[in-house]
Amino acid sequence: MATEILMPALSPTMEEGTLAKWLVKEGDEVKSGDILAEIETDKATMEFEAVDEGTIGRILVSEGTEGVAVNTPIAVLVEEGESADDVAASAAPEAEPETAPEKTDAAAPTKPAQAPAPAAPAPQADLEPEIPEGTEMKSTAVREAIRDAMAEEMRRADEVFVMGEEVAEYQGAYKVTQGLLDEFGARRVIDTPITEHGFAGLGVGAAFGGLRPIVEFMTFNFAMQAMDQIVNSAAKTLYMSGGQMGCPLVFRGPNGAAARVAAQHSQDYAAWYSHIPGLKVVQPYSAADFKGLLKTAIRDPNPVIFLENEILYGRSFDVPQVDDLTVPFGKARVWREGADVTIVSFGIGMTYALEAADELAQQGIEAEVVDLRTLRPLDYDTVIASVQKTNRCVTVEEGFPVCSIGNHLAAYIMQNAFDYLDAPVLNCTGKDVPMPYAANLEKLALTSTKEVIDAVRQVTYTA
Amino acid sequence: MATRRTTKKPNTSKEDLLQYYRDMLLIRRFEEKAGQLYGMGLIGGFCHLYIGQEAVVVGLEAAAEEGDKRITTYRDHGHMLACGMDPKGVMAELTGREGGYSKGKGGSMHMFSKEKHFYGGHGIVGANVPLGAGLAFSDKYRGNDRVTFTYFGDGAANQGQVYETFNMAALWELPVIFVIENNQYAMGTAQKRSTSTPELYTRGSAFGIPGEAVDGMDVIAVRDAGRKAIDHCRAGEGPYILEMKTYRYRGHSMSDPAKYRTREEVQKIREEKDPIEHVRDQILEGKHAGEDELKDIDKDIKGIINEAADFARESPEPDESELWTDIYAEA
Repeated sequence: MATEILMPALSPTMEEGTLAKWLVKEGDEVKSGDILAEIETDKATMEFEAVDEGTIGRILVSEGTEGVAVNTPIAVLVEEGESADDVAASAAPEAEPETAPEKTDAAAPTKPAQAPAPAAPAPQADLEPEIPEGTEMKSTAVREAIRDAMAEEMRRADEVFVMGEEVAEYQGAYKVTQGLLDEFGARRVIDTPITEHGFAGLGVGAAFGGLRPIVEFMTFNFAMQAMDQIVNSAAKTLYMSGGQMGCPLVFRGPNGAAARVAAQHSQDYAAWYSHIPGLKVVQPYSAADFKGLLKTAIRDPNPVIFLENEILYGRSFDVPQVDDLTVPFGKARVWREGADVTIVSFGIGMTYALEAADELAQQGIEAEVVDLRTLRPLDYDTVIASVQKTNRCVTVEEGFPVCSIGNHLAAYIMQNAFDYLDAPVLNCTGKDVPMPYAANLEKLALTSTKEVIDAVRQVTYTA
Repeated sequence: MATRRTTKKPNTSKEDLLQYYRDMLLIRRFEEKAGQLYGMGLIGGFCHLYIGQEAVVVGLEAAAEEGDKRITTYRDHGHMLACGMDPKGVMAELTGREGGYSKGKGGSMHMFSKEKHFYGGHGIVGANVPLGAGLAFSDKYRGNDRVTFTYFGDGAANQGQVYETFNMAALWELPVIFVIENNQYAMGTAQKRSTSTPELYTRGSAFGIPGEAVDGMDVIAVRDAGRKAIDHCRAGEGPYILEMKTYRYRGHSMSDPAKYRTREEVQKIREEKDPIEHVRDQILEGKHAGEDELKDIDKDIKGIINEAADFARESPEPDESELWTDIYAEA
């Protein structure tokens, strides 16, 4: 059967090209792989190879022709005993791929992701009683709560294991994995070499293979070496595989400023990871939430970024003594009710938020304090409900100010509760500088209780 | 564990040879058709063809057993066909259609099959290497004797994470076979311009990982080297490196004018080293089959490829609702 040879698209953006040179002539026999012609694309001069074998029956576009549109017939290939004229009937349908996907204009603005609108009327913010009254409470340090969560989940399922630098024999650089090696052995508590990029990727591969790794970064500062594996391999594979291949894995470790460790060891990555679809991001404050959210994270079938904080490790909170303490993702916690202003925070930012609320109460301003707990998914409903009540909002975090979680919340509140606002939403954040070492400068670089109080006084017009 | 095969005098039957011929030809014809569909605008973006390298995956798949895993980078169509994935589903993914392996959401570089233990299709050079070691880790953790073929190119062999992975794989004796497909060009940079030492199979020596160079244009040599590497891994002796000396005939991707090498260089390899012609000669010289029988195979494959191409054109584009699915697995 005679076939038309069509002007090929030889780059993702080519729509027409120049037929620079024919390397075959009519009557030549060609086979797959033979070079037929040189074609100038929008990028370069390319060689164009034959796919089918046969004889060049006719050349339809002479060399030197410019502006030949992609898919224009440029020659006719015939088989033994055929004439080039046979092509008209036989190959015509090939010429127009009517099912070709529509060309999209790369410059055209993409449709903005529609943020889910809060249900109206929005739910009331409430101090939800997660734990039944009368439950026995035990004062527990955050680091123990994290350890207990891992141990409980490792008892529950053999596929759960922990790997990272110094997690086994050293018992954890911050003593978070203390005792795990003794209980679970070296098969499940694995010291890695100091190679974040490699072991993060290895963990992701193990998750593809059906295990449930907990990958500890000694601090999240070092996870930047592994960023490609976290974003490109862990977060995107479920989507790229059309839902076939998930990545049930927890990346955890301390995040944010510790004390006097300078610029490379003091950074809050909450906003970085929250940017990425496919990741879940958790940054708890209290020991009970650390425990309950980590257990939820380990059971979740998606990659979870679990952001801890070195300063919080040693802080103790009451933890309810129940058999299986889990806390759902996407549910904020209201620590304190108030009618005058909403303070939204998460992680160590909650210490400033709660201290500020206490001082403000003495000044006659009642703040409602919302702890987001998870940043992806984020509990927009609780934030909006609270702002609808108080009409003012201040956000608090230690991260850099540009493209911060607070920026995102301010935009969201503006879009979804504009008419309720009596003042602009203010963001208290870390300063727009690398973390300095000097004690006084370090203090200035972080946000503070005083900054939160000042912001509240501004939005309540009591400054 | 499977019974150990002797690798000294490999017994290659007529059936084996015909199977290798068929499997390699399927990849060659598939890739030629993909190139054609790209030229017609039916395939977009990046499309990296495997033409010339067919013996590597066909030889290693001939050595693999059920349950063994494989993972590769983005020149991946050959790997998928060789492990038994459906040409229709692969081609429809290339055209970005609902019937593709990733429902049209992955494209040429991102396909997966749990059923065939194919773990992708990864677009970042070198990133699949730790992933492959992780897959091998999961098998060792479970205590089975499966191995993972982790394919990457001579370009990726210079990536830092490859050496982080070599270290861990050797340290933990992971059952992973690192297959370096050395087609001599990292995109457009010849190996001698990018690589301080050309013997890539020795790159594991600092970690105590044995390696060997293999004629990657000879499917039987590849298969036999694969069997040796598999035996090493299944015996619990840790990773193994196979450097496949191979060659790609086409450009790095569809938009590569390949000015970094001469037409004569490509032509010489095609004429003297072509893996499919090589097996074809063996079949004919050994009188395992005649020209007619081979022609029948060619025809059969042409039919499969045309069917795949038709499917890939007719399968509809994914429903617009697919934009929002598969971002998170349901907890």
